[in-house]
Amino acid sequence: MTASLALLAAALATASGLPGLALRGRPVLGQRLSAGLLCLAAAIGIGAALPVLAGAPASTIHLPWTQPLASLSIRLDALSALFLLPILAVPALGAVYGLGYWPQEELGARAIRLQLWFGVVTGSMAVVCLAGNALLFLFAWEVMALGGFFLVRSEPDRRDAQKASWVYLAAAHVGTFAIFAFFAAVGGARGSFDFSAWSGLPARGAAAGWLALLALVGFGLKAGLVPLHFWLPGAHAAAPSHVSALMSGVLLKTGIYGLFRTASFFEPPPASWGAVLMVLGAVSGVLGVALALAQHDLKRLLAYHSVENIGIITLGMGIAMLGRARGEPGLVLLGFAGAALHVVNHALFKSLLFLGAGSVQHATGTRDIERLGGLARAMPFTAGLFLVGAAAISGLPPLNGFVSEWFVALGALRALELPLLDRASFAVLVLPVLGLIGALAAACFVKVQGTVFLGNPRTPDAARAGESPRLMLLPMAVLAAACAAIGMLPALVVAPLARGAAAWSGMPVSSFAVPAQAATVSATWVTGVAFVLVAAVTALWLLRRRLGAGVAGETWGCGYAYPTPRMAYTGSSFAQILTQGFRWVLFPRIRFSPPRGLFPSGARFHTESREAVLDLALLPAVRDYITASSWVRRLIAGRLHLQALLVLATLIAMLAWRLLWW
Amino acid sequence: MILRVLFQIGLLLLLPPLLLGVVNRVKAIAAGRKGPPILQLYFDLAKLLRKGAVYSRTTTWVFRAGPAVGLAAIVTAGTMLPVAGQPAIVSFAGDFVLFAYLLALARFATALAALDTGSSFEGMGAAREVSFASMAEPALFLVLVVMARATGSLSLSGMLGPGLAAAWRAAAPALLLSAIALFVVALAENSRIPVDDPNTHLELTMIHEVMVLDHSGPDLAFILYGASLKFFLFGALLVRLVADVRMTGFWAAEGAFVVELLGFSILVGLVESAMARLRLTRVPQMLVGASVLSVFALVLLLR
Repeated sequence: MTASLALLAAALATASGLPGLALRGRPVLGQRLSAGLLCLAAAIGIGAALPVLAGAPASTIHLPWTQPLASLSIRLDALSALFLLPILAVPALGAVYGLGYWPQEELGARAIRLQLWFGVVTGSMAVVCLAGNALLFLFAWEVMALGGFFLVRSEPDRRDAQKASWVYLAAAHVGTFAIFAFFAAVGGARGSFDFSAWSGLPARGAAAGWLALLALVGFGLKAGLVPLHFWLPGAHAAAPSHVSALMSGVLLKTGIYGLFRTASFFEPPPASWGAVLMVLGAVSGVLGVALALAQHDLKRLLAYHSVENIGIITLGMGIAMLGRARGEPGLVLLGFAGAALHVVNHALFKSLLFLGAGSVQHATGTRDIERLGGLARAMPFTAGLFLVGAAAISGLPPLNGFVSEWFVALGALRALELPLLDRASFAVLVLPVLGLIGALAAACFVKVQGTVFLGNPRTPDAARAGESPRLMLLPMAVLAAACAAIGMLPALVVAPLARGAAAWSGMPVSSFAVPAQAATVSATWVTGVAFVLVAAVTALWLLRRRLGAGVAGETWGCGYAYPTPRMAYTGSSFAQILTQGFRWVLFPRIRFSPPRGLFPSGARFHTESREAVLDLALLPAVRDYITASSWVRRLIAGRLHLQALLVLATLIAMLAWRLLWW
Repeated sequence: MILRVLFQIGLLLLLPPLLLGVVNRVKAIAAGRKGPPILQLYFDLAKLLRKGAVYSRTTTWVFRAGPAVGLAAIVTAGTMLPVAGQPAIVSFAGDFVLFAYLLALARFATALAALDTGSSFEGMGAAREVSFASMAEPALFLVLVVMARATGSLSLSGMLGPGLAAAWRAAAPALLLSAIALFVVALAENSRIPVDDPNTHLELTMIHEVMVLDHSGPDLAFILYGASLKFFLFGALLVRLVADVRMTGFWAAEGAFVVELLGFSILVGLVESAMARLRLTRVPQMLVGASVLSVFALVLLLR
C-alpha cells in the first residue's frame, strides 16, 4: 500500500513539468500548477514514508517487465523512507521558490524546459530510492544523471554552465559505469537482478574488496567524496539556485543512499571497511571546508560545503560499518542515526542557503561575495533566514546540524567502550575531526554572513538591492523552521532512525532498544538545554531593552572619521590565516602588483583557488590523451582499410591474451 | 539540597569577575605596580550597566544580538559544569560536546557582531578569533576524549566526579599530558598571553578586545562578564582535573574549590607576567602542539 503511494508520488513528480508545457499560453497558471503538482507529490510521498518510519512493515510491489532480467520491483523500507523525505520535500519547496525566481512568464521556453527536467529528476531520484531491482535502479539512475545534465544547462548561453555540464556528464557516466560493473558482477554471481536475492554477499576476500571498491567509486562520484568531487562545485554553482538546492541538497544523497543500500547486501564487513570510510570522510570533511574557505563565489563556496557535509555523513557511515563489523548495535545505531539524520539536515540547511544565495544573486546580479556587503539592511528576511542556515551548517545548537553531528560524536565515543586493546577504539578520533570541521565551517560562515550581509555595501549593485518576493521567502522560512524543529526536539527522531538502522544493518529493531533508549534520554537533555538557551537569550534581550536604547554614531576607526566600504575587511582577508595554512591543497593562483615608487599609482592583489583534481590533474591528462590519440587519428583518417586493420589487430591481441594468460 | 544547588549557581554567576581581578592584581605585583582593586571588574560592570550605548549607523540587529547570545550561550554551557566535584545541574552522556559547541555559538555571535560594524580592525579580530578557535577545538575535544577514556564516563560530571582519582592512579601520564594541553587551550580560548594580550592598546595586535571595540554600555558589560564566565569555566575544568582535592563535607569541598580557582588565576597571572605575547604566526604552532600532546595522551591510553 505505502509502496504504491510512493510510486504514485514519483509518477506525479515526474510529470509535474507538463502543465507548464501544456499551458504555454497562460504561463503563470501553468507554472503554479507545476509547482502544485510537485507539492502534491511531496505530500503523498511523505504520507507514504512516515508510516514506514513509524513502524509499519516494509511494503513491496513486484511486477514483470519486458526487459530481460529486469522486473518492476518497488520496495519501500525504512531506509528508503528516510531518503524519500528530503528527496520529495526539497524539490517541492524549490519549485515554489522558482515561481518567483524563474518565472515562466518572463523566461518562457527556458522555464518550461527547466520545470520538465526538474520534475523528471525528482521522480527518478524517488525511483532510485524505491527500486528493488538493479536494472530498474540503473534506469532511474541514468535518467537522473541525464536530467541533471539538462538542469545544469538551464542557461545554455553561459560558458561556465556549458563547461560544468560536460564535466558533470562525464563524471556521472564514469560513476554509472562503475555501478554497472558492480551490479553485473553481483547479478551474474547470484543469477538474479532483484535486490532481495542479493543479501548476504560475502564480505571477506579480495573479490569482495574489489566489489566494494567499485561501489565506492560509483556512488562516491555521485556523492562527491574527495578526490571524486571535482565535477561538483562547477555544476552546482552554474545551475540556477533552486536547481543548485536540488542538486546539492538531495541529488548528492542518492550516492549516499547507494552506498548504504549496497553495504546492506554484504555480510557484516571487516572493520577495515569502516576505517576506509572514516578516513575518506575525514579527508572530505576537512578538505571540503578548506576549499570552501578559499572561494569568492558564493555558490561555489556553498557547493564545497556539500563536500564537507558528505564527509560528515561518511564519518557516521564508517562508525555504523564498524559497529556491524564488531556486532555492536550501539555503534550501528549512533553512526547510522548521525549519517542519515545529517542527510536530511544537510538537505534542509543547504537548500536554505542555496535559495538564499539565489535571492542575493537575484537582487544584486552577482555571486562574488567581495562585491556584496550590507545586504541585511535591504533584505532583512533573507539575511535572517540565511543566518539560520549558516548557524545550522556550522553545527551550532539549538539547530539541526548540531544534532546529527552530535549523534556521530556519540557514536565515536561509544568506540571507547569496545574491549580493551581493540584497534577500532581509535574511531574515537572522529570526534576531534568533527570538532575541527565544525570550527572551520563556523569560520567560513562567519565570513559569508559577514561579507555578504553585514557592514556596508561594497558596490553600487549591492547598495541597490531589495527584498525578495514572498514566494521566494516562504520556502526558505519553511526550511528554517524545519531546521529549528529538529534542533529543538531531537528525541523525536531517534525511533525512526533506529528503524532505518534496522532496515540497513539487518539487525532486529529490538537489538537497538537499549542504545536507542540511551540516545533518547540524552536527546531529551539536549532539548532541555536548547530551551534554557532560548530562554536565556530572550531574558538577556529583554533586559538589554530595559537598559536603554542607545544613540547612533560612527564605527570606531582609530579616530578616522570618513571610513569607506573599501576599508572593510574582505572575505579573502578574513579567511587568509586559514587558507594560508591549507595552501598545500588549495594551489592558489596569486596575482600581485605591489605599490611602487614614492607616489604609487595603484596596486592589486588577487587570489584564486584552483580545483586541484580537475584543473591540475584531470584536464591536463585528458588534454594529453587527446593529443596522443590525434596522432593515431591523423594516421588513419579517411583510410578505411587501416581502420579495419586496427580493429582486427585489437581483436587478435585480446584473443592472444585470453588464450595465453587467462 | 536546594540551598546547595542555589549556592553553586550563585558561585558560577558571582565568582568569575573576582578571578580576573586576581589575575590583574598578580600581573600588577609582578610588574612592581600597585594595580587596580581586586573587585575592579564588578565596579566596571555596575558602571557599564548604568551607562548608555553608542551604536554605529552601519550596524543592524546582529550587532545588538551578539552580546546577548554570547552571554546566554556561555551561561547555558555553565549549567553542564560540575562545581567542586558535585554533579552539574545538567549531565548526560555526551554533554561535553554540547558544552564545546555552546562556546562555539558564543564565538559565532561575537564574531558576527564584530563584522557588523564594517570596521577592518574588527574584521581582523574576528578572523583571528575564528581561525585560532578552529585550531583549539580539536585539542579541546582530544583532551575531553582522553578524560572520557580514563574515567570511563561520557559526561562532564562523570569525568570530573569521584572516578577521577582512580583514573589518575591508572593513567597519570596521559592525564598529565592532557592537562597541559587543556591549559594551553584555556589560555587561547580566554585570550590571555601568550596568545592575546587583554591589556594591549594597539588595535592591530589584538584578537578578542578588537572584536568588541564598538560595543559600549550594557552590551560591553555583557561581553566582559561573559569573558570572565568563560575563564571560570575553563579554570573549573582544569583545577578539577589536576587537583582533585577531596574534602569531607559539602562546604569544605566548595571552599577548597574556590581556593583552587584562585590558585589557577594566580598561575595565569604569573604566566602572563613571565611571558611575552607570541607573534601571531606562532600561535597556530602552539595550538597544534597542544593537539599533538593530547593525541600522545590518547595513544598512551588506547595503545
